[in-house]
Amino acid sequence: MGENMLEVEIAGIKMKTPVIAASGTFGFGLEYTDFIDLNKIGAISVKGTTLKPRAGNSGCRIAETPAGMLNSIGLENPGAEHFLAVTLPKLAAYNVPVIVNISGSTVEEYGELAAMLDVPGVAALEVNISCPNVKHGGLVFGTDCNSAASVTRQIKKSTKKPVIVKLSPNVTDIATMAKAVEEAGADAISLINTLLGMAIDIKSWRPVLGNTVGGLSGPCVKPVAVRMTWQVASAVQVPVIGMGGIMTGQDAIEFLLAGACAVMVGTANFVNPRAMETVAAEIKEYLLARGLKHVSELVGQVRV
Amino acid sequence: MTLPKTVEEASVVEHVWLSNQVRKLVLYAPQIAKEAVSGQFVHLRVADQIDPLLRRPISLSSADAIDGKISLIYRVVGHGTERLSRLSFGEIVDCLGPLGQGFALDAVRPLLIGGGMGIAPLVFLAECLRPAPIEILLGGRTKEELFWTEIFKDNCEQLHITTDDGTLGTKGVTLDILPELLQHGKFDRIYVCGPRPMMEGAAKIAKEFGITCQVSLEAHMACGVGACLSCTCAGKNGKRHKICSDGPVFWAEEVF
Ligand SMILES: Cc1cc2nc3c(=O)[nH]c(=O)nc-3n(C[C@H](O)[C@H](O)[C@H](O)COP(=O)(O)OP(=O)(O)OC[C@H]3O[C@@H](n4cnc5c(N)ncnc54)[C@H](O)[C@@H]3O)c2cc1C
Ligand SMILES: Cc1cc2nc3c(=O)[nH]c(=O)nc-3n(C[C@H](O)[C@H](O)[C@H](O)COP(=O)(O)O)c2cc1C
Repeated sequence: MGENMLEVEIAGIKMKTPVIAASGTFGFGLEYTDFIDLNKIGAISVKGTTLKPRAGNSGCRIAETPAGMLNSIGLENPGAEHFLAVTLPKLAAYNVPVIVNISGSTVEEYGELAAMLDVPGVAALEVNISCPNVKHGGLVFGTDCNSAASVTRQIKKSTKKPVIVKLSPNVTDIATMAKAVEEAGADAISLINTLLGMAIDIKSWRPVLGNTVGGLSGPCVKPVAVRMTWQVASAVQVPVIGMGGIMTGQDAIEFLLAGACAVMVGTANFVNPRAMETVAAEIKEYLLARGLKHVSELVGQVRV
Repeated sequence: MTLPKTVEEASVVEHVWLSNQVRKLVLYAPQIAKEAVSGQFVHLRVADQIDPLLRRPISLSSADAIDGKISLIYRVVGHGTERLSRLSFGEIVDCLGPLGQGFALDAVRPLLIGGGMGIAPLVFLAECLRPAPIEILLGGRTKEELFWTEIFKDNCEQLHITTDDGTLGTKGVTLDILPELLQHGKFDRIYVCGPRPMMEGAAKIAKEFGITCQVSLEAHMACGVGACLSCTCAGKNGKRHKICSDGPVFWAEEVF
């Protein structure tokens, strides 16, 4: 019993569980095949892909902080061509939806990337308009409603794939951003990307990260992420995918109750490479224990 | 090449102090012990809670496929290693590994050069290179750090030592006496693990002498399996290397 209780469909993407690998924390999935069966996870959002290869930021790129971490990877990736030629064919061996997370520095570049990736084997695009680690690009789209909307429109014009827009938490009013991208045609919204943060080494008086500032993730961001997921889910009609600090099924259930139809697991993969399996199993246990038949019965049910 | 990796609940078999800051931890981890090669590391979850959150990478100082034990030699430097140092006999630690690519073991007349905690992986390397005749060059700050001599004495022909303060061996750093050692011309390979300037310096000297050189790099890392790209470095011709999964061991010319 309970065979299909975790199955969900979001913007046409059919998933065996509502637990998805968050971009940048699970590589291209292939790095984790020794630990976890890719066929059993909801979907994989692959490492942020750009038009041209990127080497990323220099210096120290991660710092541990209380119950979390800062990163300033700076979107290192081998570029879209390499992804299409080398990585995507390897992922075809697995029965798991592949979501390609994309970043660009101009509206046109986002469009070009989206067109390139409109190929079989790609289940959807996740648009990173919110990377805090790239100087020219990313964050400006993510913090301005008009730019976020024009990126979304451009991408919608360039692809037939479902488009998930990933929001930055580094804004004053997240619901307004969500409404702007929904109106521009986003098929789903995911949030949150990392929160801009900083750590200082008090021995050397220097920032710990080579890039001075970086993105905060992990359990410490969860309350902020749950709040934003709730605000966005209350403001839009399109499905919402929630993330930020999920380590356990209990954490994921908070996001579902807040209104997310699915969740992404990020930093937890570093701590436990089987985290997504555990999160899904714990959601199922919770449903069974409460006599619920399907995960959708939790979505948006927070009693406020 | 990808070697099989696992997450193993390892139990503490032995945990002893080697100096007032350095501990040796022996774990029963048969799956990791069976697969491990020298130069690889394990990624330890030092506490079953969210702080400290990330795993800590520690090199294998030995791995025995027969008795299923692995040993780690580590310095207590911060939050995570302090937690690790509290583990006692029989306790369980979540161990991810073995990770990374190890040393090439085809040397005929190797010289192993280590500085600071970079000496730890050389213990396993020395064991694996036997019966080749091995010489070792160790550098430390003072004689207190060189408890290593005891560890190596049965696994090498000759041990050369430098200390910054001259309390043991030659006063100075390893690079001061390296050219002289290579002068004999009998080594065909050096293996170096230690602070970056030492590795770069040794690689340069090796090149002058026409000797092949492997180095073991270190960087802050989160996943340990090549996914997060925290630990990448620039290689030759614009190539990018992931220290955790393409390394930590590299041929010097790949990375310097
Ligand atoms: C491949 C590899 C093998 C290693 N092998 C050994 C070994 O055999 N023995 C040994 O004593 N040490 C070794 N180290 C260094 C060891 O990982 C760090 O000393 C340890 O992570 C420090 O953790 P902490 O919480 O005590 O220190 P903190 O400074 O509190 O750590 C904060 C964060 O920084 C990271 N960090 C701090 N110092 C280092 C460092 N030097 N390298 C990488 N990450 C660091 C930690 O992992 C943690 O995420 C190795 C490192 C690498 C990358
Ligand atoms: C090392 C690292 C790299 C990341 N890279 C990307 C990326 O390329 N694109 C993206 O949209 N988000 C990226 N993220 C953000 C995560 O996908 C996620 O939004 C964030 O970490 C919050 O979730 P978590 O707390 O579960 O990690 C990255 C996060 C980390 C920790």
